[in-house]
Amino acid sequence: MENFTPFSAFSGGILIGLAATLLLLFNGRIAGISGIMGGMMNSDRTELFWRFAFLAGIVIGAFLFHQIKPDFYQPRENFPVWLLAFGGFLVGFGTRMGNGCTSGHAVCGIARGSIRSITATITFMASGFLTVYIMRHMLGVLV
Amino acid sequence: MKLIVMSLISGILFGVGLTLSQMTNPDKVINFLDIAGNWDPSLIFVMVGALAVTSLFFRNIIKRPRPLFDKEFYLSSKSVIDKPLVIGAAIFGIGWGISGYCPGPSVAGLGLGTSEAVVMVFSIYLGFIAHRFYNQ
Repeated sequence: MENFTPFSAFSGGILIGLAATLLLLFNGRIAGISGIMGGMMNSDRTELFWRFAFLAGIVIGAFLFHQIKPDFYQPRENFPVWLLAFGGFLVGFGTRMGNGCTSGHAVCGIARGSIRSITATITFMASGFLTVYIMRHMLGVLV
Repeated sequence: MKLIVMSLISGILFGVGLTLSQMTNPDKVINFLDIAGNWDPSLIFVMVGALAVTSLFFRNIIKRPRPLFDKEFYLSSKSVIDKPLVIGAAIFGIGWGISGYCPGPSVAGLGLGTSEAVVMVFSIYLGFIAHRFYNQ
């Protein structure tokens, strides 16, 4: 239980929830990052602009916070690039196939009572637990 | 224009939230997913915090005739649990467990100056494109 940070995690969660609430209340959009990223590939101009603004906002927000409070981010070193790219590929493919990721399903979908989102969240959490179990405790990599 | 400004504001909040909560630390994410090891349950509080807010407001918001800056809500109308949903979520979970990144932190990482974020965003888009071919 070292590095247990429930308060900053909870506070960050509140901000993420507020961000998603604003986007729905004002713009009528779901703050699902994979969906917003995916929509960059095929959208008309208005759709493209708000998506780009939202993604740029995430980059700016992370950048600004990191300038003020650098302690919250520790870069990881020496992680194999091919493995990262393989993981990223699966994240991209899987979120398209399953219509969403942690934000769209677990934060937004569950809040509006979507059975699909509840199912997706349980599935990707279970699959994430299992993957790390296999990697760390059976294959002995990335311990 | 209002739409774009509000997206930017929401995005900034989202990016601050991801970084403050440390969802952007892949080691922390993997330690959160490592229930059989030296488990760090912190990140469950991200979901608790976010859901506390969204659960409080979402139901009432979508009862409104329309959002404040647009003419309709853009929500998924699907309600059936099908194979692509479950298989897709399972594949996403594998990628998340391997890399320690889900899509939001991959984007946020671009603002934190890590080359890992560039690799993630690039390979996520490769995954999107592969799925487009798979679906044809």
